[in-house]
Amino acid sequence: MKNYVSLLEIQEDLKQKKTSCKELVLGYLENISKKCDLNAFIDVYKDEALKRAIEIDEKFQSLTAGPLAGMVIAIKDNICYKNHKSSAGSKILTNFTSTFSATVIERLIQADAIIIGRLNCDEFAMGSSTETSIYGPTRNPINKNYVPGGSSGGSAAAVSANLCQVSLGTDTGGSVRQPSAFCGLIGLKPTYGLVSRHGLIAYASSFDQIGPIAKSTYDILAVMEIIAGKDDFDSTCVAEKLTKSTSTDEKQVTFAVVKEALNFPGINTRVQSEMNRLIEKLKSKGHLIKYVNLPLLDYLVPTYYILTTAEASSNLSRYDGIKYGYQNKQNNIDDLISYTRSQGFGKEVKRRIMLGTYVLSAGYYDAYYTKAQKIRRLIQEEIIKILKYNNFILLPTTPNPPFKLGEKNSTATQMYNEDIFTVSANLTGHPALSFPLGNISNGFFASAQIIGDYFNETSMLNTVAKINSE
Amino acid sequence: MTTNIQYETIVGLEVHVQLSTNSKAYCSDLNKFGESPNTCISAISAGHPGTLPKANKEVINSAVKLGIALNCNITEYNLYARKNYFYPDLPKGYQITQDKTPICTGGYIEISDDKKINITRIHMEEDAGKSIHDLDPFYSLIDLNRAGVPLLEIVSEPEIRSSKEAHAYLFEVRKLVRYLGISNGNMEEGSLRCDANISVRPVGTKEFRNRVEVKNINSLKNVMKAIDLEVSRQIDCYNNKIEVNQETRNYNAATNTTSVLRTKEDAHDYRYFPEPDLPPVIVSQDFIEKIKTNMPSLPKERYKKYIKEYQLSDYDAKLLVEDKDISDFFEDTVKHTKHYKTVANLIMGTVKSYVNEQSIDFKELKVTSQQIAKLADMIADNQVSQIIVNQKLFPEMLKNGKSPELIAKEKGWIQKDDQKSIEDIINKVLTKYPEKVEAYKSGNKNLLGMFMGEIMRESKGQYNPKSINELLNKKLNQ
Repeated sequence: MKNYVSLLEIQEDLKQKKTSCKELVLGYLENISKKCDLNAFIDVYKDEALKRAIEIDEKFQSLTAGPLAGMVIAIKDNICYKNHKSSAGSKILTNFTSTFSATVIERLIQADAIIIGRLNCDEFAMGSSTETSIYGPTRNPINKNYVPGGSSGGSAAAVSANLCQVSLGTDTGGSVRQPSAFCGLIGLKPTYGLVSRHGLIAYASSFDQIGPIAKSTYDILAVMEIIAGKDDFDSTCVAEKLTKSTSTDEKQVTFAVVKEALNFPGINTRVQSEMNRLIEKLKSKGHLIKYVNLPLLDYLVPTYYILTTAEASSNLSRYDGIKYGYQNKQNNIDDLISYTRSQGFGKEVKRRIMLGTYVLSAGYYDAYYTKAQKIRRLIQEEIIKILKYNNFILLPTTPNPPFKLGEKNSTATQMYNEDIFTVSANLTGHPALSFPLGNISNGFFASAQIIGDYFNETSMLNTVAKINSE
Repeated sequence: MTTNIQYETIVGLEVHVQLSTNSKAYCSDLNKFGESPNTCISAISAGHPGTLPKANKEVINSAVKLGIALNCNITEYNLYARKNYFYPDLPKGYQITQDKTPICTGGYIEISDDKKINITRIHMEEDAGKSIHDLDPFYSLIDLNRAGVPLLEIVSEPEIRSSKEAHAYLFEVRKLVRYLGISNGNMEEGSLRCDANISVRPVGTKEFRNRVEVKNINSLKNVMKAIDLEVSRQIDCYNNKIEVNQETRNYNAATNTTSVLRTKEDAHDYRYFPEPDLPPVIVSQDFIEKIKTNMPSLPKERYKKYIKEYQLSDYDAKLLVEDKDISDFFEDTVKHTKHYKTVANLIMGTVKSYVNEQSIDFKELKVTSQQIAKLADMIADNQVSQIIVNQKLFPEMLKNGKSPELIAKEKGWIQKDDQKSIEDIINKVLTKYPEKVEAYKSGNKNLLGMFMGEIMRESKGQYNPKSINELLNKKLNQ
């Protein structure tokens, strides 16, 4: 089947009857089964998707179809869908069926998107390679010996391999942007509070955001227009809806390039040179480049891991084997809970629960949690200050190209350090958009990301669209 | 071993008030007692993955009301916090509560005319579900209906010095929450629960000794029992040179004993941290003022009003305000009559003893305040006698709901006051007992009561006793 870059092309073909939703779904289903070795999908909703496709084809004929008609979407396994299994890639939720749909799912369906299945991810979104899932690792469609990134690795692999048009991932410290970068796609981490978390299986509540992965900024915007905005079920979701375009759609844009990121000691030289090429291109198009300092860069990863594991240790307490999910039957309640959790959670999740429990415990709380919160506030002030004088912050998405499966599993911190450029946007709540640059090696791309002001997603998407077209 | 050391009791109480809001603290599930197990729960109450809390505004209203009533400082910037611990009936594995920013601080409760107990803090939190261990032979069962029901926890300073004071404190709390309409204060249903932090120290010493927290005290009486029990246990320990450990004990009402629940070493580390799923709540001065203007009148104000406006005695006024339902009924009744004292007597006497005898709730009473007002008017105007009211008229009113006037007329219970008829009956009785009349006249004045009784019986209580008494005296002393 045709590999559509955007929904715009799909809807054009639908209009001209060159294709139909049914044909699209059949095409994706065929691709999914052909490329099942990628291990991107956990579940494929074949019959449902086909049924929906036929319905939407009829709607399209009668001109009553919603704005996302023709868009076939797959969702990360940590987003709840009523009467469907949701397991966050964990054994502890293997047989859990959600009784309600996430707000984003409700809204997508309302807009006539077709949900084709759920996608593999790191267990409870904890990981950067989709290797911690109970369903086994997902492979990178560009080169199967490599990881697709994580935690939304299934989401990126599925779009990259044309198993669906768009996917939803979740981004707690880069989990949408890094796999997008590893698979040569565009990924958005929206402003914290723009997209409802209702129905998102929590990892770290004050960091998590649902975000789309796509081949075009057009599709990202199309999805964001539907899923963004206030929700009664999520008190932290505050934005009315997606802001339309703003004054930053002007011709000349100021980019603040983070010196510490560009000259990061561990940065891959080809990533660095792709960044420099982008900078030169931007300059040549009349944009302004300012070099700024982010002296707290070295503190970001530790701060991020202290705060997210603290929240995770609490968020994951509900998985006790009593109400739902995996249960390890024992004769007394204490054993039941501890055996269920010992057997039900994987190694990385247990590591983070223990770390989070430790940083919150009496006597250590101030040394870790309180201090990390202070740094979080400081970095937020720094980013706000930079964005006061510049339209966007520009930095690489990852310091290195994708790595091989199993390559970074020897120590936990080795993997954690790869998050250095992505965690800041989650710490401060700012929106961040990752987009591919030039080819660097083995078919892989370097990727850059721009961080914009709160709720400034539309301008960011327009700017990246412009850069790509120039 | 005996010793002469006198010990002083030191008690601080933690009272949990279950709020009577329509929905739960952090979701729209029904907050209702006595429903079938696990029927008032959605995915949110059950702690399903992907669910988020949403703060119920009514809980904040209730907390501010209580804070105002207890003269507390109301916190402007309120953070929610998570208290983490595993328990089968705690669906999320943590309780949403407040830690560093309780909604109320300071304030006090007056437990008598000359003693105040200071309040440390009041914070908002949610209840856990219930574990039921005695219904199934093999399993413990869990009912999550109560999970997420809103609570206010009132923590007192350790200023309570006896079990009686603790009782008075709890009684006041119950009275206030009922007056404020924020809770039914029903201890049997668990709407009001109390943990006591108890220690003793030799009279005259200043420093506190190890305290023991006694949990699961579920009635006003048990508060006294549990404290007395623990105080004597601690005194025994000290007298026998045994250390009193800082620990948590469970009170068992059936056996009136306590047993160790947790030692200090097993104490939970709750790992409190700010709840990331709920934004802070700002309680503005405007909001507080708005609540203040809509506050129901509290016992103290009512007491003053009863003395000043209704000329009731200190005793009557105090008694009436003890119970909000009674006080409300009194206030409704005096809207329809000016005979305040008679109304007070009727409510505290006739009505209350009926309610007590039948052991029903004051609210279940099937008479209206208008009917009681009418009754008071009739008594004050000597139309019916108190005896008739207590024995016949009031029970009849409850039976058929008719107005007291109508019933009294139908049944011929209207007190007659015409001199002629009374004289006839007196003459009839006196002629029946000529020797007794003689005896009276020769000095046995005690016989007056006997004559009165006979006449009343003869007249079936239809005549005003005062008139009978006057006429009888006149006759006998002729």
